[in-house]
Amino acid sequence: MADYGTGLPIRLHQVVAAPGGTPVLTGIDLVLNAGGRTVLLGPNGAGKSTLLRVLHGLISPSAGSIVWGDECTRPRGQAMVFQRPVLLRRSAAENIRYALDLAGVHGAEADARIAEALDEVGLRALAARSARVLSGGEQQKLAFARVWALRPEVLFLDEPTASLDPAAARSVEQIIGDIHARGTTIVMTTHNLVQAKRLADDILFLHAGRVTERTPAREFFTNPHSTEAAAFLEGERL
Amino acid sequence: MNTISESLALAAGLVTHFDANLVDVVALSLRVSLTATFFAAYLGLPIGAAIAVGRFPGRPTLIVVLNALMGLPPVVVGLVVYLLLSRAGPLGSFGLLFTPGAMIVAQTILITPIIAALSRQIVADAWSEYREQLTSLGAGTHRAAMTLLWDTRFSLAVVVLAGFGRAIAEVGAVMIVGGNIAGVTRVMTTTIALETSKGDLPLALALGMVLIAIVLLLNTAAHLTREWARARFG
Repeated sequence: MADYGTGLPIRLHQVVAAPGGTPVLTGIDLVLNAGGRTVLLGPNGAGKSTLLRVLHGLISPSAGSIVWGDECTRPRGQAMVFQRPVLLRRSAAENIRYALDLAGVHGAEADARIAEALDEVGLRALAARSARVLSGGEQQKLAFARVWALRPEVLFLDEPTASLDPAAARSVEQIIGDIHARGTTIVMTTHNLVQAKRLADDILFLHAGRVTERTPAREFFTNPHSTEAAAFLEGERL
Repeated sequence: MNTISESLALAAGLVTHFDANLVDVVALSLRVSLTATFFAAYLGLPIGAAIAVGRFPGRPTLIVVLNALMGLPPVVVGLVVYLLLSRAGPLGSFGLLFTPGAMIVAQTILITPIIAALSRQIVADAWSEYREQLTSLGAGTHRAAMTLLWDTRFSLAVVVLAGFGRAIAEVGAVMIVGGNIAGVTRVMTTTIALETSKGDLPLALALGMVLIAIVLLLNTAAHLTREWARARFG
């Protein structure tokens, strides 16, 4: 179960984001409700990762508004896993403890959560190993263990399996499923359409910085509503 | 050639027999430079991390100034500290001039910018890698800076060693503020300068050997530390 419950729904109204001065997102209107698994699809440069960062509060909109629950500041209870995991130069267990410490979880409770999280991702035996010397797949699993221990209300995933081999990717997908099963809302980007089919409840399709459609996943892959999405699924250059 | 070879032999004898005068000078040098390095690291590391992580008006200018201060001429530092600590100066009442304390102050001023500037660069590089993750986890600026200082500790150890190397090899500032008084403020570099001018080459050479040995030892320690850290922590 998530530790927090105040950050949903997330409402974006006419959001413009221009990290680095160039507009990447323009006029985004979006409501993200609790419980689902939303996958952001779109061609390279469509603004998927930027939208994810706006939703997570890492990038502030240059225009428009974003509200988490009833708050205009990013609430606790969100977490994000990046394409390349960023781990501190300390042991696997201490990487999780660091995140828990920032979340205000200490002592025996932290110990229990660390053990549980490492068990969940199958890294218990590597708890004392330095995180930076783990393999790429193990590092990504550790990033998920950190998230598991935090018990977020919303989890943002930016192409979490893009750097992994197929076996490690399936393993990570299983972990994502387990996290969702605990009640965490999932929002992720991927270029892997098969993975999107497996994981998504609904698809948010972006093109040129705009949301061109939002459709239940099954419907999206059989009958996309926008010409851009249809062209994307056909493998055409957009 | 005879003079050189004889001097080298005499110098080696002074080193191997732990000549009392030599030991005193080396001990004072280490005490002064290690203390200065401690204070410089205490000041310079947080300054470097704060500038690396913080965003405030004038930051780019501050970085340029800090980098420029790495090239501070020791004699200028010595002169400024001399003026500050002289009886008529604002800090004259402390009575530090021509004491090891004055030398520590001078060396601290000399190497703090070096440690701050180099640590800023190291922490800034780490910050560009960690920023999104630490922000995502909810780390504020202060916590992020402390985290980065700890996570880059092995690279920063090399920075501190570089600062110590600069301090112990420096001669101009300690000569001015210490006065090169025998048994009180005479350190390795000032002794080498003095004994060479007097033509007493054995002691100067012996101290030179020790100084080079210390520098070599430092570089070996720095290299081994980095290699061990890379293997252990990635």
